[in-house]
Amino acid sequence: MRPRLALAVWLGVAVTLLAVGALSAQAATPRPQTSLSEISAEVMCPVCGTLLELAESPQAQREKAFVSRLVAAGRSKDEIKDALVEEYGTEVLALPQGSGFDLSAYLVPIVAFVIAAIALAVGVLRWRRAGDPPGGESGQAPDGPSAADSERLDADLARYDL
Amino acid sequence: MSARAAIAVLSVLAVVGLLTFGLLSKGSSRVAVGEAAPASPLPRLEGGGTSSLADYRGRWVLVNIWASWCVPCREEAPALEEFQRDHGGPGFTVLGIDSRDLSGDARAFVEHYGLSYPQLRDGNGDTAHDYGTTGVPENYLIGPDGRVRQVIVGPVDTEYLDEQVAPLLPGGGRS
Repeated sequence: MRPRLALAVWLGVAVTLLAVGALSAQAATPRPQTSLSEISAEVMCPVCGTLLELAESPQAQREKAFVSRLVAAGRSKDEIKDALVEEYGTEVLALPQGSGFDLSAYLVPIVAFVIAAIALAVGVLRWRRAGDPPGGESGQAPDGPSAADSERLDADLARYDL
Repeated sequence: MSARAAIAVLSVLAVVGLLTFGLLSKGSSRVAVGEAAPASPLPRLEGGGTSSLADYRGRWVLVNIWASWCVPCREEAPALEEFQRDHGGPGFTVLGIDSRDLSGDARAFVEHYGLSYPQLRDGNGDTAHDYGTTGVPENYLIGPDGRVRQVIVGPVDTEYLDEQVAPLLPGGGRS
């Protein structure tokens, strides 16, 4: 093989190896599935009692660094939240869980809304009934005049009877 | 009482009860001298099961509630370790309770300062809440009967430990 051809072959092999290496390194690097800002909006700073995204205390800084490390490691949002719960307990979650006593945080507003809607509907119905004139829209009494009124009417008519 | 009035009274009672529960569950008061110290079991910081203050009944215990992110905790850690080395034994121990902290950071803290006394982990802060702490560090000297003898809010130093704690320990503090 001529020297120029051999050099070209070696260069080709080297470039191919570099490209494969770069691709495999890229594939090995975990891709973030979430972000610090996304997690920080849904978890608490346990010491501050505020959302992590609003906290700047030393404990919050450590917590943010912990989340950032897990984000960089390609962990999902649920996995990171689970890791935080393992460290700080369920109080670290800003959103109530969908089970146990925390479920009431979701159910109570719905039940309260339904009860309020029913109470409003009943109230409106009663109000409309109370506002109706006697005898409905025609304004006539449904059973006619009372016996006393009939007697008085007959007496008046008799007085003017010619 | 009419049905409407009964419903109104029950509704008001329910709201008041809910508010009272909220206040009671959030609030905490510091354990006082003479009271029994909280002794709920906690996981050991280094792993390997749980332990509690009750395991040390019969010994004097200086409960040190701390966290790795707390600057004053770093300042008092060497004094506590020195005191433990001088006085630790069958009659006395320092007992660290790492509260609201990352376990990895806490273990690094223990290693950095070479702390040899036992460490428990209070990740959610429930035990610190039971003591009524308002921050870290706080120290509680517990007698052999499990009752609080001293409350020290803030860090301790060698001078305090030698003058205020050592004289109470059996044999003048030499265990």
